[in-house]
Amino acid sequence: MSGFDLSGLTASFSGKRVIGPLSLQVNPSEKIALVGKSGAGKSTLIRLIHERVNRDSSLIPQELGLVSALSVFHNVYMGQLDKHATWYNTVTLARPFAKDRTEVNSLLQSLGMTEKFWTPTASLSGGQRQRVAIARALYRNAPMLLADEPVSALDGPMAHSVMALLRDGFSTSIIALHDVELALKYCTRIVGIQDGQIALDDTAERLAASDIMSLY
Amino acid sequence: MLSSPTVRTSLVFLAIALVGLLFADIAITASNPWRDLGNFFLGILTPNFFSSEGLLTALLRTVAFAFVGVALGSIAGFLLALVYRFLPVRMFCAFVRAIHELFWALIFLQFFGFHPLTGVLAIAIPYAGIFAKVYSEILEEADPEPGRALPPGTGNISAFLYTRIPDCWVKMRTYTAYRLECGLRSSAILGFVGLPTLGFYLEASFSQGLYSDAGAMLILFYVLIATMPLWVRPKLLPVYILGAPFFLGEGLPIVWGNVQRFFTEDIVPAPLRNGEGLAGLTPWLNDLMINEAMPGIWNTIVLTQIALVATGILSLLAFPLISNHFGGPIRRNAGHVALVIARSTPEYILAYILLQLWGPSMLPAVVALALHNGGIIGHLIGRQTNSIKLRPDAASGLNRYGWELVPRVYRSFLAFLFYRWEIIMRETAILGILGIYTLGFYVDSAIQNIRFDRAMVLILVTALLNIGVDTLGRYIRRKLALQTMPTC
Repeated sequence: MSGFDLSGLTASFSGKRVIGPLSLQVNPSEKIALVGKSGAGKSTLIRLIHERVNRDSSLIPQELGLVSALSVFHNVYMGQLDKHATWYNTVTLARPFAKDRTEVNSLLQSLGMTEKFWTPTASLSGGQRQRVAIARALYRNAPMLLADEPVSALDGPMAHSVMALLRDGFSTSIIALHDVELALKYCTRIVGIQDGQIALDDTAERLAASDIMSLY
Repeated sequence: MLSSPTVRTSLVFLAIALVGLLFADIAITASNPWRDLGNFFLGILTPNFFSSEGLLTALLRTVAFAFVGVALGSIAGFLLALVYRFLPVRMFCAFVRAIHELFWALIFLQFFGFHPLTGVLAIAIPYAGIFAKVYSEILEEADPEPGRALPPGTGNISAFLYTRIPDCWVKMRTYTAYRLECGLRSSAILGFVGLPTLGFYLEASFSQGLYSDAGAMLILFYVLIATMPLWVRPKLLPVYILGAPFFLGEGLPIVWGNVQRFFTEDIVPAPLRNGEGLAGLTPWLNDLMINEAMPGIWNTIVLTQIALVATGILSLLAFPLISNHFGGPIRRNAGHVALVIARSTPEYILAYILLQLWGPSMLPAVVALALHNGGIIGHLIGRQTNSIKLRPDAASGLNRYGWELVPRVYRSFLAFLFYRWEIIMRETAILGILGIYTLGFYVDSAIQNIRFDRAMVLILVTALLNIGVDTLGRYIRRKLALQTMPTC
């Protein structure tokens, strides 16, 4: 897959420019971490990129976008709604097929949650909800991942194993992260955002945590 | 206090009602109203459940008509809700729900006769319009985020089933169950135009002075509504809905010639039917407007405004009955029973009973409307006060009522009242069938005289009046920034 050339990205809220204009060249199989203060425009940038590359990306929005009345299984299954016929989806809503159940189950196992398969996501904890959204993105299996703070509600070891899963699950990814250590460990390129502009753009191996801290 | 817009609005409405009282026909004309009222209460205290097997049949038919009507209405309403964003659909729904169930029944009676379809459609059609509106509002409130996270290329139906329906399901179910309760009331009063439901037997018992039979019927109806949570179970619903059509009764067969005649002759304005052309239409319409529509509209508005203010006053007096800021559990339980009875009795039945006891005037209608609607709003406001936490040293008694509670709930009280304004007007119009000179009276007389063309125009006028009041009510609610949930 070729990369993306994202240019002329801008966003304004009530007449005030919050992003850009900025350009970002995304090369194939790059893992980009977007870092910066909260309010710097990371989430807006993720949304802008998603609008550009919609078809080819798995999205984990900060609000997760779960349907709280539906079970964990159904929320994960929604990642492939486009791959099945309407009748198949409708039947699945009432009685899921064994093949899909196994697939989703093994995915959830790798994320450390199996016992809540049929629980409505409304009654899950923040960390569990976040993992359901991650499972949905993995299940969608798009070539590129767009994620906005995907591990913010997970504890240390779990955050590391999930980041590893995301690194291995997608060839290309753009992840907004406030955790500098995770960014350096699981991403190949660090893009620092400050006041809606790119203030830092370098490969992870050439940077140290202290270089990034200047953004905060 | 006068600078508060809500208080000013209330005073304006109070003034209008007081002026209305000068023009209203308020009197007790029965020769011995209190003895009749006493006999009636005696009848309720000594109910006779075994006078005839007709009672149980009537109850069964009431439930069956409600289930079939509400089920059809909710299905049609759901489909309409999907296309509710189109203006013609919204206008159509506003129009069909502006016409009362009894008017629909009167229309269908003219060509379907006493066929079960008349009762079913009389409930299903206006309910479809209401369901469409409320369902579409619920669907609109669904969380849009899951939809954005869907893979592009997801089919519309799949997206709808996965992201909208689950989010709205509980609210839609709650509202539909609530409407079923309204459906039972609607079904009961359809008996007053001759369908085989409770109202029919109630009217029969009353006209023969069999107050104990009437009392038994009312008590069974309250029990039926109060026990709904016990017998309306999600698992049993399919059984009820599939079974109900078989319990509607045979009725009389439809004469299709009547159907054809109704649409091609009966409802065509008389001058056109007699070949007088458009020249004859103007005097015909003028006569109808001046002699029937205008007095009907005037009386409907006067009665509505008085009933609205009476409802408001009664609601404010009634809510402490169930508020846990006053009195002990015994008083509160008694209050609950009183309010359940007030709000479960259809205003039409209340008005009918009071009219039998007090004789014809606007008074029975005002009292009936105020009791029923005041019971509903009093219940909702009372429940709302129960979630208010007062400071430990808050005043008690009248001071607590006037300084702590009323100011806190006054806005939602007004919201409910203005929401019910249109409902009160719809009911006011229909009470004319009982002999009060509102629009329903003129509609009913036109039908009695087999002048369906005039009846149709008057029903149309009634619908437009309701739509007008609904719009005005919504404007006032928006202006005062009042929000509310739908009630029926």
